[in-house]
This record gives sequence, structure tokens and C-alpha cells, in this order.
Amino acid sequence: MNLRKLAVAASVAAIGLSAALTTPAAFAAEEQFFPVLAYRTGAYAPNGAPWANGFVDYMKLTNARGGVNGVKLIWEECETGYATDRGVECYERLKGKHGGATAVQPLSTGITFALTEKAPGDKIPVITAGYGRSESQNGAVFGWNFPLVGTYWMGADVLVQHIAKKEGGFDKLKGKKVALVYHDSPYGKEPIALLQERAKMHGFEVQLLPVAHPGVEQKATWLQIRQSKPDYVFLWGWGVMNSTSIKEAQATGYPREKMYGVWWSGAEPDVKDVGDGAKGYNALAMQHGAEPNAKVIKDVLSLVHAKGQGTGPKEEVGQVLYMRGLISAMLQVEGVRAAQGRYGKGKHITGEQMRWGLENISLDQKALDALGFAGVMRPVQTSCLDHMGSAWARIHTWDGKKWNFSSDWYQGDEKVLRPMVMLASSKYAEEKKIKPRTPEDCKK
Amino acid sequence: MSFFLETLLGGLMSGMLYSLVALGFVLIYKASGVFNFAQGAMVLFAALSMARFSEWIPQWLGMDNLFMANLLAFAISVVVMFTVAWLVERLVLRHLVNQEGATLLMATLGIAYFLDGVGQTIFGSDIYKIDVGMPKEPVMMLENIFEGGILINKEDFVAAFISALLVVALSIFFQKTATGRALRAVADDHQAAQSIGIPLDRIWVIVWCVAGITALVAGIIWGSKLGAQFSLSTVALRALPVVILGGLTSVPGAIIGGLIIGVGEKISEVYLGPMVGGGIEIWFAYMLALMFLLFRPQGLFGEKIIDRV
Repeated sequence: MNLRKLAVAASVAAIGLSAALTTPAAFAAEEQFFPVLAYRTGAYAPNGAPWANGFVDYMKLTNARGGVNGVKLIWEECETGYATDRGVECYERLKGKHGGATAVQPLSTGITFALTEKAPGDKIPVITAGYGRSESQNGAVFGWNFPLVGTYWMGADVLVQHIAKKEGGFDKLKGKKVALVYHDSPYGKEPIALLQERAKMHGFEVQLLPVAHPGVEQKATWLQIRQSKPDYVFLWGWGVMNSTSIKEAQATGYPREKMYGVWWSGAEPDVKDVGDGAKGYNALAMQHGAEPNAKVIKDVLSLVHAKGQGTGPKEEVGQVLYMRGLISAMLQVEGVRAAQGRYGKGKHITGEQMRWGLENISLDQKALDALGFAGVMRPVQTSCLDHMGSAWARIHTWDGKKWNFSSDWYQGDEKVLRPMVMLASSKYAEEKKIKPRTPEDCKK
Repeated sequence: MSFFLETLLGGLMSGMLYSLVALGFVLIYKASGVFNFAQGAMVLFAALSMARFSEWIPQWLGMDNLFMANLLAFAISVVVMFTVAWLVERLVLRHLVNQEGATLLMATLGIAYFLDGVGQTIFGSDIYKIDVGMPKEPVMMLENIFEGGILINKEDFVAAFISALLVVALSIFFQKTATGRALRAVADDHQAAQSIGIPLDRIWVIVWCVAGITALVAGIIWGSKLGAQFSLSTVALRALPVVILGGLTSVPGAIIGGLIIGVGEKISEVYLGPMVGGGIEIWFAYMLALMFLLFRPQGLFGEKIIDRV
């Protein structure tokens, strides 16, 4: 055999081996693949990395507990840098691997907007726990988007409820001023519609203050706040923008007690560098806060980290963003479990079957407690028409060293949210010529 | 009136901080004719080094003295930046002597990406604290002249003062020392400078070392304000309009340019921003710089280049 023939033979053998390793048949039986779109470098890495660590740790924990009815989870990570183009590239690269992606979680509203167009064609659910398009709660129109457990409209609604309670009722909001300091991106703009709606209802004023990416230059923004003296500042930031806002508030003397961040502006990386300067700063807790004592965290430590398989640093386990990633992974695992209930226990499920699973998540308190989430979150019940499944939130406050819950539970007001969701999603359906699914369609 | 003065002062102090980064660009361009796109990455690298060593040293030595920890971290960071300078000259610039300016620019772009990536790999990609005792609380001044007084950010004030000191020191270095004059000779003409015995490789190492020190000071000040994290590398983008406006070859130009840009962007954001939806200060700074270029293409203090044909 000459050299050329040998090279051809080797190439053929390599291609054959590679095909054998990557064909769906080799994995489909007992493995379930999830792409992990993460950002561990760049401007948003301090917030992206703990989320990704919690997300991956939960999948490791699930495998350590024996998988989902014996089906092991496999995943591959791709660095998006929080950039929409790189996120789409990651999605395209990973969507067909290992028998096809079961679901994808982009951790970016910008990437979510882009994938919303692609998901129906690829039949891959896009899970956006606590972010994404608020109107995608309507599963009749957004058949493949799952803003599980919280949308920005719901979050903003809870914040308005909270300040109304502090003032002594919604009627007391009349004449008040709320400044929204927001990341000038699709993410930061999401709460505007809800705040304007609530402002119309209760007679308060909303001052909009956009901050350009990455958010390190805010002096002019806070000078405007100093001039207009709003009663409250809502912060819709991400990454370094959050700590910069709190530092500028300190530098201009704005009371941190009157600042309320969204749940992406209320984690340890946002305040630990500011220390005492952030004392009194409040943020929404998307149900959970920092949960170092939760049973699921003890399980992660004993079944994953104690075996040297932890994804990130041990001291991060149980922190706010770590918990967010962990819960995001738990919700997708429960989607797989629900889908297996219909399509066969212990079997690999497709993206389409996963959608059914995500539309039929039914986690009552007993089920959550059994998974180790007692005290961490409240029941989640999704349906074909409601892709959010739960609208609970509370407020937590930084005491200079740690986050402490400072309010009781609130629930997004469906009387305000539902009409907005229906109106915006109908408009989207009209624009994209989507025929909304009917309850009959949902049974299929 | 008091609010306008606050905005003006805030802009001036921000401008001084931009000048500090712009100085790094000017220094290297002045001495080597290279537009160093890696200046922002050097600021990030230096800030990460300072933040991490000031955190690690007390753990390694078991001590609890913040001043000593900062002093040692500063000394180590100086060595780190000198090493970076030496490596840049040895591995990149030495091989590009007398190459086109665009080639050198692309090389510095490569250095920027390399430093961004390696910095985060070695030191981590979290937000790290630099605590050099900068005051954080604001102070009210002129309360008997203006109703409610004028709010001054003490941290910005101290930072602007340190920047001013550095500028004075660098101006003296360039104008009054033999090394400074050699740096300017190299900038004018590499070959002519070599022909009269100025060692090009040593001069380049020196200028990158000086730019490294400037980056370290900028990194400490910006890092103390914002935390040492990746976004510091984007601070260089804030300094670009400053060098466009001030001229690439002028130290005073970097200062005046910084002040004009600082004031211009703050006043535009505060007074024009609300009319157009806000968020205009970044592009407004570039627009301001470009408007100046219409009248003075070489920048405010840049040298007018006249080539014989």
C-alpha cells in the first residue's frame, strides 16, 4: 500500500469512527443532550460564570442521582461573550449534536430575540427563566419560548406593588417619580411598557435613563438623577453596570434604600466590590435569593463538589446567580421528566417532545421539597397557553455582607399583565403571520 | 447654575481620567510612531495584577496590613508591566522595525487581544476590588453661594489630582531628560536616530515601560472607581476621541482634549440627551472630536505633517 492509499484509508476510517461516535443512534437511547450557552470571559463574565457553574452543577447532580429515570444528561459548552452573533453561532454549531439539542438556554435577551425566529423551524424549545420577551408567556403564539418562573413585566409589576405598599397604597403613588436606569439593549428596554402602563394607572411619572454598554460611564446619568430627585430608582443593569450604578449613587448621595434592582441586578458580584457603600440596596429575588442552607445545595456539595467534580469555586455554591443557573437547569430536567411521563420513561426525547414536557411541568411544594428546593421557591405549573408557570417574587436587601429577604412574597398581577401579554403577542402573531394554537392544538 | 457647575466639574474630572489613558497612546506614538491599540488592554492587565496581588500577598505572607499589601502589589505590578514591555519589544516590535504604520497598528491589536485573554486566564474574570483608600463619599461645597451647594465627588477629585501630577512628571521627562529627547528623536526618524547611536531596541523597551506605568496608574484609579474587571479595557475607547482631538503627538493635547471631551459628553448627555432619548454621550464625544478635525486635521496640538514630494 503506497502512502496515498494509506492516507485515504486512514481518512475513511477516521470519518467512519467519527460518524459512529456522533450519530444519534449511538446516544439517543440513554442520553439527553443540552447545549450550554455561557459567557465566562468579557464584560459580563462576573455574572455569567456563576450562572453557568450552577447550571452545569445541577446536571452533574442529576447524573449523580442516577439521571432522569436512568437517562444521563450530556452537554457541551460554548462561549457567547453575551454577544448575539456569537450566541447564534453557538446555537447553530450545537443544535444538531448528539442526536439534537433538547432545549437551549441563551442567558441573553438579545440572543433570545434572535433564536425566537429560529426555534420553530428547528423544533427546539428556548428556555429563558427570568429573561427574554415578556409577551412570550403566551404559548399560543410563542410556541417554543419558555420564560419560566418570571418575565420582566412581571418583575417590574412586583416592584411597583412593593413601592406602593411602602407608600401606603397605590393611590399614594400619584405624583411620585420613578427613574429607570437601564442597560440600553433589548433587555434593559423590556420593563418600560409595564412601567408606563402602571404609571398611567396610578399617576406616577417614569424617567427613562439609558446607559450604553457596558455601563461603566454613568456620571451624566446620576447627575440627572441628582437634578430630578426621583422618589425611587429602578435599576435594570447587568454585569459591571450594576456595581457602577451603586457606586455612582454613593458618589452623588442618592440613598441606596430607595434603589431597587431587577433580579439580574441583585447578586453578589453586583455589591461585594462596593461593600458598605451598597448597604440598604434592594433587588428583586426571582423567588430565590442566596440559599447556602438549601438541601439541594448540600446535595451539590456532597455529591458533586466533594468528589472533585465541581464546576466553579466551592464558595460560590448557593450564591444568587449560582442558584439562578441551578434552578434553570432543574426546570429543564423537570421538563424532560414530564415528557418521559408521556413518551416513555427512561427514553431519549426529542425537542418537540420536550416542548410538551415544558408545557406540562407540575411542581407542587411536595415535589419541590423532594428535589431539595424547600424554602427556595414556590410551585410551578405550566400549560400550553401559559409558558411562565409561576409569578412569585420577593425583595432582598444587601446588609454590607450578605443578601437578606426584606419582604413577603408578591405575585405579578394577572389583571395588568395578561392584557399586555395578549396585546403584544397578538401583534407579533400578526406581524409574523403566526396562527395561534388553540386548546385543541395543545392536546396533540 | 449650581447644577450646571456640578455637571461642568464632573466633566472636567472625568476628562482628567480620560487624559490619563490618552497619555499612554501619546507616549508610545510620540516615541515610536506606533498607534498602540493595546493601551486599554494594558490598563486592564495592570489593574488585574494590582487587584489580585494585593489580595494574594496578605494570604501568602499571613499579614493584615493594607498599606504594605498595596505597596508590594504595586511593586510586583511594575515588574509585571516591565516584563510585558520587554516581551512586546523582544517578540513583536523588534521584528517590525521600519514596517508600515498599519502593520504596527495591527500588531498592537493582536497584543490587545492577547493581553485581554491572558489577563483573565491568569488573574480571573470576576470584579476585583482595588482599595487604595480613595474617598467614596461626596462632599458639598460653596453652600453659602449656591442654594444647596455644589456636590463634588471626592474620589474623582483625588484621581484628577494624581493624573495632573503624572502629566507634569511625564512632560518634564520628555522635555528635560536625555532619555526623553532620545525618545523624541526616535519618533521623528528611526533610521536617523539609529545613525547617531540611539539604540532603538532599548528606547522601545523604555517607552513601553513608561506606557506600562501610566497604564498601571490609570488601572489603579479606574479600578478603584469601577472595580478591576474586563470593561476597563473599553476605557481606551473613551480615550480615542481625546487623542483625535488633542493630537497624537502632544502631551498637553491629551490633557486639553480630555477636558474638552469630558465636559462635552457630560453636558451633551445632561442637556441634550433627554431630548433624543438619552444614551448619547459615547457617540457625542466622537462627533465632537470629528467636528474639531474639520478645522484642524492634525488635532488641537498635533504636528502638521508636511512631506516633500
